[in-house]
Amino acid sequence: MTLDGWIQVALYCAIVLALVKPLGLYMTRVFTGAPTLLSPLLTPVERGLYRLAGIDGRQEQSWLGYGLALLVFNGLGFVGLYAVLRCQDLLPLNPAGQAAVPPDLAFNTAVSFVTNTNWQNYGGETTLSHLSQMLGLTTQNFLSAATGIALALALIRGFARASAATVGSFWVDLTRCTLYVLLPLSVGLTLFFVWQGMPQTLQAAVEATTLEGAHQTIAIGPVASQVAIKMLGTNGGGFFNANAAHPFENPTALANLVQMVAIFALGAALTNVFGRMVGDERQGWAILAAMGVLFLGGVAITYAAEAAGSPVLNALGLLGGNMEGKEVRFGLAASALFAVVTTAASCGAVNAMHDSFTALGGLIPLLNMQLGEIIVGGVGAGLYGMLVFVVVAVFVAGLMVGRTPEYLGKKIEAREVKMAMLAVLCLPAAMLGPTALATVIPAGLAGPANAGPHGFSEILYAFTSAAANNGSAFGGLSGNTPFYNVALGFGMLAGRFLVIIPALALAGALAAKKTVPASAGTFPTDSGLFVGLLVGVILIVGGLTFFPSLALGPVAEHLAGAAGQTFGAGG
Amino acid sequence: MLAPLRPALVLLTAFTIITGLAYPLAMTGLAGAVFPARAAGSLIARDGRIVGSRLIGQTFTDARYFHGRPSATTAPDPADATKTVPAPYNAAASLGSNLGPTSAALAGRVKGDLDALRTEKPGAPVPVDLVTTSGSGLDPDLSPEAALFQVPRVAKARGLPEDRVRELVTAQIEGRTLGLLGEPRVNVLALNLALDALAGH
Repeated sequence: MTLDGWIQVALYCAIVLALVKPLGLYMTRVFTGAPTLLSPLLTPVERGLYRLAGIDGRQEQSWLGYGLALLVFNGLGFVGLYAVLRCQDLLPLNPAGQAAVPPDLAFNTAVSFVTNTNWQNYGGETTLSHLSQMLGLTTQNFLSAATGIALALALIRGFARASAATVGSFWVDLTRCTLYVLLPLSVGLTLFFVWQGMPQTLQAAVEATTLEGAHQTIAIGPVASQVAIKMLGTNGGGFFNANAAHPFENPTALANLVQMVAIFALGAALTNVFGRMVGDERQGWAILAAMGVLFLGGVAITYAAEAAGSPVLNALGLLGGNMEGKEVRFGLAASALFAVVTTAASCGAVNAMHDSFTALGGLIPLLNMQLGEIIVGGVGAGLYGMLVFVVVAVFVAGLMVGRTPEYLGKKIEAREVKMAMLAVLCLPAAMLGPTALATVIPAGLAGPANAGPHGFSEILYAFTSAAANNGSAFGGLSGNTPFYNVALGFGMLAGRFLVIIPALALAGALAAKKTVPASAGTFPTDSGLFVGLLVGVILIVGGLTFFPSLALGPVAEHLAGAAGQTFGAGG
Repeated sequence: MLAPLRPALVLLTAFTIITGLAYPLAMTGLAGAVFPARAAGSLIARDGRIVGSRLIGQTFTDARYFHGRPSATTAPDPADATKTVPAPYNAAASLGSNLGPTSAALAGRVKGDLDALRTEKPGAPVPVDLVTTSGSGLDPDLSPEAALFQVPRVAKARGLPEDRVRELVTAQIEGRTLGLLGEPRVNVLALNLALDALAGH
């Protein structure tokens, strides 16, 4: 590790923190319907959309109505995207002449983008037409992100309101999020990225003759516009197969920094929106502090592991850390930081190949996802995941002192704890169940490219990433097979909607409750003690659930590597 | 159940048009007008021919050129389309090696490359990026150490004094962005173009 590396980490954190308040204020205004700078331009568009859709912008929905609207909207989005992928050979804007996407891959990809996972079983430049990338993937990059943020807003309103029957309007939240937040920021980011060297053209490829006279076909396309929303919406699906490691998708160290900031910006600002809407910004900062503790711990471990390098290669006399799968322009620090950011936040973009990380360097991204990506998290999804853990934490605190737990003046009772536990438990089920299945059936065992414990890690990482809706991969796994396309597809659906529904039910139950005034016995939830308790609950719940699987994969590999053992056929 | 259908259909259609067509097409127009060369892929032409992109690495095997990092990209096997064959710097299909830290294949490959480089320049420590593949397989850069490592070979093959070639490399080193971000690096294609220009191509 170098001082310069840590300065980059510090600079990154400072930028993200500086954006929390202004973005939080802006988003609060957007979602409470207050006028903003962009209102004169966008209000007519918004009104026109509501008129066409036949909805009243002031009419709110109960949690059930909100959930139903969300499911119908996402269901139609899936059908639309599946259709575009299956028919891309018949549709325009296909300069490279890509064939129709096969059914299992189209199912996987459509689920992947609708659930904000953006798992890449497709090959980007080798599989998809420009129309599929724009009309299909870019659209869902916006809409799945807006869906996540809308849901977080519904849960925030649940905490903020008392004796209320409604949690907001899904249509209004979706529309305002897309028009006022995602679209304007994406336009600015796109131009910045093109300035940094990212292509934005409708051409498919450039033919070049190299200095040595060889022929080189360089795939190209409308990259920047997709990358802007891919990061901002924590989607992570790459235009190219190598994702943000590809020089066209991440041309400079500065573009890399801005991409990492874009991944965290909205998720971190949502904690401030939460604080503002419940009437106490410190509650938001307390949640962000718990996220920050877990984040910095992860960065330290991954950076240290990558800087120390692989014992097997070090034994050959190789110095300078683990550069396999990393790009020179980013180096160790920016690659390790990116890996932690992208898995903390449910983004899944990668600027280095996680499969080639050291055992412990790869353990942290895996653990980040297993904890449910609550460190900032996917836009919206991170905050609602964290709030579910908050309910569990105050419940545990209540048990310890023998009082009915309270949070923000709401009594947390049996129904709320049940819903929170349901959301907490469905993730490990969706991650570990299919992993176990894949390690015993031939179709599953055909997947890993690496032998030994690392092969197990590849399978575990895939199902963890799918259920966590992350989308990054240990890319050696051959995931584009009927078994993995379908199994991972269902994993993504389970991880998204089996968390969303209990979270919405929790929102409804909380909104309906009366507020009780704080008393001397109320546990303050904006204190350092609460932050510590919350971090503890997250690590204990996550640790107990996932430690055995981590022991079989990365921990076993770390110990084997330290002893100089290698696996598989030699080169 | 049916009440949400109309708003869902209308909003999905409207946002598909706004975010899926209008946004990327408007951005393509705007980017092409403001930054035409970068939007088109930062291409480099020499004598009227496109020789590559500044951002995309390419294969160099001739001793007269500086070599980039090993690349793990592949291409379909012409003999059997279900298989792939190594095709370094295939810019139509980016790919990393995805070999893990305890992979025997990785250890074997690194050892082979290390032995070859140690024969070329005995006693000198081999920079790590010269024997590891990049994430994309298209890394356009080398660390300054990896470029300087190759100076004696290139100078000898071109019949140039080593100091002259070393000066050229030093002039091509780009520092950290703003003095802080990323790592110092040398763009291999730019370096080799400068080398050709020096020799009068």
